[in-house]
This record gives sequence, C-alpha cells and structure tokens, in this order.
Amino acid sequence: MSGPGMSGPGMSDPDSARAKLRRILALVKKESRQMIRDPATIAVGIVLPVILILLFGFGLSLDVRNVPLAVVLQEPSAPAEDLLSALALSPYFHPQVVYSLEAADRLMMAGDVDGVLTIPADFARRFHAGNARVQVVVHGTDANRARIIESYVAGAVGAWSVRRAADDGTAMDGGPVTIQSRLWFNSANDSHYFLVPGLIVLVMTLIGAFLTAMVVAREWERGTFEALFVTPVRSGEILLGKTIPYFCLGIVGLLLCVAAGKFLFHVPIVGALAVLLGASMLYVLVALGVGLLISSYFKNQLVASQLTMLATFMPALMLSGFLFDLRSMPVGIRVITYLLPARYYVALLQTVFLAGDIWPVILPNAAVLALMVALLGYASRAVTHKRIG
Amino acid sequence: MLESLLRILALTRKELLAVLKDRRARNSLLLPPILQCLLFGYAATYDLNHVPYVVLDSSHSVAAQDLLGRFDGTGLFERVADLGTQAQVRDAVDDRRALLAIEIPQDFARRLQEGAGADVQIIADGRNSNTAGTALGYAQSVVDDFNDRWRADHDQPGPPVTVEARAWYNPDLQTRWNMIPGLIGTLTMIQTLMLTAMSVAREREQGTFDQLLVTPFRPAEIMAGKAFPSMLIGMIQATGVLLVAQLWFRIPFQGSFLTLYCGLTLFVLAAVGTGLVVSALCQTMQQAMLFSFVIIMPFALLSGLTTPLSNMPLSLQYFTFINPLRYAIDIAQRVYLEGAGLGVLMPDLWPLALIAAVTLAAASWMFKHRLQ
Repeated sequence: MSGPGMSGPGMSDPDSARAKLRRILALVKKESRQMIRDPATIAVGIVLPVILILLFGFGLSLDVRNVPLAVVLQEPSAPAEDLLSALALSPYFHPQVVYSLEAADRLMMAGDVDGVLTIPADFARRFHAGNARVQVVVHGTDANRARIIESYVAGAVGAWSVRRAADDGTAMDGGPVTIQSRLWFNSANDSHYFLVPGLIVLVMTLIGAFLTAMVVAREWERGTFEALFVTPVRSGEILLGKTIPYFCLGIVGLLLCVAAGKFLFHVPIVGALAVLLGASMLYVLVALGVGLLISSYFKNQLVASQLTMLATFMPALMLSGFLFDLRSMPVGIRVITYLLPARYYVALLQTVFLAGDIWPVILPNAAVLALMVALLGYASRAVTHKRIG
Repeated sequence: MLESLLRILALTRKELLAVLKDRRARNSLLLPPILQCLLFGYAATYDLNHVPYVVLDSSHSVAAQDLLGRFDGTGLFERVADLGTQAQVRDAVDDRRALLAIEIPQDFARRLQEGAGADVQIIADGRNSNTAGTALGYAQSVVDDFNDRWRADHDQPGPPVTVEARAWYNPDLQTRWNMIPGLIGTLTMIQTLMLTAMSVAREREQGTFDQLLVTPFRPAEIMAGKAFPSMLIGMIQATGVLLVAQLWFRIPFQGSFLTLYCGLTLFVLAAVGTGLVVSALCQTMQQAMLFSFVIIMPFALLSGLTTPLSNMPLSLQYFTFINPLRYAIDIAQRVYLEGAGLGVLMPDLWPLALIAAVTLAAASWMFKHRLQ
C-alpha cells in the first residue's frame, strides 16, 4: 500500500488510525460540499425518489377493476337481465349491452372493451333445464389481464347462478368441490402492497448507482483523480470519502420512499422498522458500490452511464422478482438472478413489509447483501489501486 | 441544398466515428439490446410453470389423493411436503418454500360422497398478489376438471351455467407473446435517448462544440448531424431485438414488417428528438445523464409494458400521451398479434409524428437560441 510520495510532510505517521480518519473526514467534507453545491445531486438524492414513488405508486397497478365488457344479449329474458344487473353491480365490470355480435366485435377491435360476454338466445330455457352456456371472449393483447378477466367472469357467473338457483328454490351448491382461497399477507388483494416495496427497490437501485457512477468517472475524465493520488490519501480512503456522503443522501431518499409507502399508499409495515432500515442500508451500500465499480473501471462518463443504466434499471425491473415470479424462469436465467443484488432486497422488503420479521427469509438474504458490499468494496479498491501504478 | 446535405453527412460520419471507434463503447451499444432481449424474453412472463405447494391432508381419503394427484399431474405444481400441522403450514408459507398450501378437511370424502359439497382450503402467499392470483387460477382449473370428472362418474348434473372462454389474438394467453414485442421499443429507447442526450453534452464539456460553431454548419445542420447517427443506431438496435424475437423466441408475427418499421422509424425519431431536447438543455454530461434517466424511468414504467395503462388514474393517463414508448409498444403488440395495418394504427402513428416534430423543432430552436 505505502509507496514513495505517500507520506506527506508534517504528518508523523500516515498509517495511524487518527491520520486515516482525518483524511477520510477531509474527503467527506470536500465531497459533501461538492454534493450540496450541485443542485442536480440533491435533486437525484431527495426530490427524484419522491417523484418516482408518487408517479409509480399511483401509476402502476395490476388490479383488475371496472373492466369494460360488451354483453351481447341475443334475447332479453328474466335470467339474462338478472345476470346483467349482477355484473353491473360488481366493482369488477363495467358492462355495456349490445344486441349483435358484429357490434361487439367492432368494440373489441377498437379496443373500447376488453372482453365480450355472449348470452345466447336459448339462455333462459337452458338455464331452467340446468345446462345453460355463456361465452366470454377476451382481448389477448395483454395476456395477464386477459386471464384475470376470464377468471373474474367465470367467478361472477358462477356466483350468480348459485344465488339464482337458491332464490328459485332449487338448492344448489357450488359443485362437488369448492375452493376456499385465502391470500395471506395481502387479504385485500391490492397490488400496491407488493408493487410499492418493489418500487422502493427500483428507485434505490438507480439512485445509489447513479449518484456514484458519474462522480468517479467525471473525476477521471477531468484528471482530478490523478491530482488526488499525489496527496497522502490512499485509494481505499478516496472510495470511502466518496461513499459516505452519498450513502447519507441515499438513506434520506429511502426514508422518504418508505414514508410515502406507509402513509400515502397505506402499505402495512408488519415487520420491525429497524430490520427494514438495516436491510436498506446494506442495499444502498451495494448500489453505491456497483456505481463506484463501474465508474472506476471504465473512467468514461458515456460508457459508465450506459452501463449503469443497463446493469441496474432493467435487471432490477425484470429479474428481481419484483413483478415476475423467479421460480418460473428457466434455470439459466435463475442462475443469473442470483448475481443480482436487487433479488435479495426484493425478497427482504416484501417480507418485512407484508409478512413480518421472518428470520429464515431475512438472514440469508441480508447475509448475501453483506457479502456483496464486501466484494464490491474490495473490487473497487483493487481497480482504483491498479490504475495508480 | 446539396452542400447542406454533404455537411450533414460529414457530421454524421464524424459522429458515428466518435461513438463507434472505441470498442467498448461500440459493444456497449450493440450487444446489450440483444442480450437483454434474450434474458428478459425468458424472464418477463406472468405465466407460472413451477408452483411449489404443501399439503395438509386431514381426510386421508382416496378422493383427496385423487384430487392431489391431479395437481401433481399438471406438471405445474410441485408438492414440496406433506405436512401434519397448521404450524408447519404457516412456516412453509412464511419461509417462501411454498407458494400455495392446500388444506383438505377431515370430512372431505364424506361430504363429497353425500353430495353436500366439499371444501378445500387453499392458502396463497400474497407477498406478490399477482403471482398468487395466477396460481390460484391454475388451482381452480384443476378443481374444475376434478368436478367435471366427478359429476360424470356419479351421474350428477353439470353446473347450471358453464362459461366457455376464448381469447382473441393470443389463444393460450401466453404473456411472452405481448412482452417480447413490447421489449423492442423499450430496449431501443433506453440507449438511443441517452446516447443522443449525451452527444451534445460531451462536446460542450470537451469544448469541441465551440469549434463546431465556427465551422460553416448551420444550427439545423448540426442538429441533423446529431440526430441521424442516433437514429441509425436506434434502428440497428430495434432490428437486433426484432431478430431475437423472430428467430429465437419465434413469436407469431401476423402483420407486415413494413408497417412495423414505419412505426419504429417514427418512434426512434421521437426518442431522438426527446434526447436532443435534453441535450440542448444540459451543459454537462452528468446533467444530461441524470436528465435522461429522469425521463427514461417514467417512460419505461408507465408505458403499458408491465402494468396496463387503463389502470392508471386519469391524470397519469394524460401524462402518458407524451410518452413515445406507449405508442411504440402498442404498435409492436398490435402488428405482432393482431396483424394491424397502418390505417388501424393511425391513433398511435400521428402522436409519434407529432412528438418527433415538436421535439426536433424545439431542439433546433434551442440550439439556435443558444448559439446567437
């Protein structure tokens, strides 16, 4: 570590802990000033997380409500009208009656309705005979939504027929076997419950990586990094000095996100706040580390920015389990997801927010994040150090 | 006119050289879209093919075994454990070992035989309620099959109303079919917009922009010289992703490539225009990067790729009208799945053209304004 030119005059022992601390503090001070005087950095650290969490918190939802549905009523009859009004009363559908298939198809093609429910002409007669049929056609361009609509329509029609049969006096159950389903941790079936914790992951990933990615690459491009090397500071100290101020900024952004999730989107925090914060601090460090490593390695703002975007944003969105179930991905892709820090943080946040302090989930995930912090710190130092010599 | 064109071409050449001469920069532009499409094409699906579940069977009956056998027979459900107590069920779901827990009550077989209607209880891990809902839907269809079979075997009448479900354009409702076409625009936009935004900022920061100004180039020519290379790179990226979708994932393609490329050209133009506006506003590369990232994130997330646009509050839906990606995803999905032609796609095409025209005009004005 120590080499010629590293020990400055007036400092008795440059390796003493006090001298180290003093140098780090000086760097932190310099970096903090630079950060505070640059409105863009403050905007990224504090304003941006809030805007993003608000925008996405309100904008993202996978809940299916008020589905515009065309109902083709081929022959008005009492049971058909009754079914129709049951659909109209449901919060899930917004039915619109048409009298021909052509009209319904036109609405589908134009994208004005997401599905067509056809109640055939013989519906009333066959319903009394106990073997009526209805047909539902859904618009498959959004397959996930289409499948939910399909099952909601089947559920609504099934529930209606059981109730109607009971009213008519022909006692009827829901079939030989009925499922009583319960959704643990999210009994309201509100997609915000898992989207908001996932969004916090996404926002922190970007904020952390971006805050540092540009800083170091810029110093390399401007040559101010070389200037730092002729001072007695060590490469590890430089990295620490860069990390600490941005870490604090990232934590402020995180607290704002958590507060928005709790008070604005009413996502419960079942686990302990301390666990949530501890896990988040680890993750902010990982994100900062990724940014540091990319920028120390490439030393070019253009490449660093492109890579940070690619290495953080899209993987955190697609491969973290935030939206898509990791267990259903092919083995090769699943192996890659284990390399992504976001995966562990998503598991941590979804558990701590919704399920509570479940240590068998928290400990292994937190351990991996801690390991990543150590590896990233070591790698950035190695990369920075190598370039000095 | 010809001279102007020659100048633009010269600038384009210089710009392409500046971006592509460095091997690392070249690779960082051409490889990622293709790799990402391969990766995300597999990952980005709401379909489940592996649902781990645990069983708490208190009935110990043949009928219950028959029902559970149907779950195992689908190949989708994987029985992780047969448990004995509620506490074990709690742990298995808490630890995420099981996505579903199926509890079969003691009186299951008796009630089934008596025709009184038997219940099974299914607990789903709602930490991702969309995944849980999909898994419950699969479970429902397994039970529906069981019921049909039971009714047929025991001469019971079927349900009073059966619902026949069909889906247009995507008969098996595979989410991959709408995700991958959506990725074409998404992956292209991220890098194209950023590249354009950084291109002017880089010259400003290095001081070469001032040198450009003393050349005979007019502001509009400088802008065209910056826009054209980015467009070219954007189209190459889009083509790369398209090739992966066609050759690797083999997503059925109903429409025409001409229509798709019309849409993509307008889209890339709109993305480049947006990037140029960012570029004109920013003095340093850092600002340009931050600014473009502030734009890209909402554009990518509020585009309808991962969650439906119609679920957004109305005010946010208005915001998406200025999002070029929203239209590109709609165009790609509809050309792919519906075989939509240019006429049907007009509601997507003209806003893209408008965004391109407005942003390019604005960027041009801003360059001129700054220069004088």
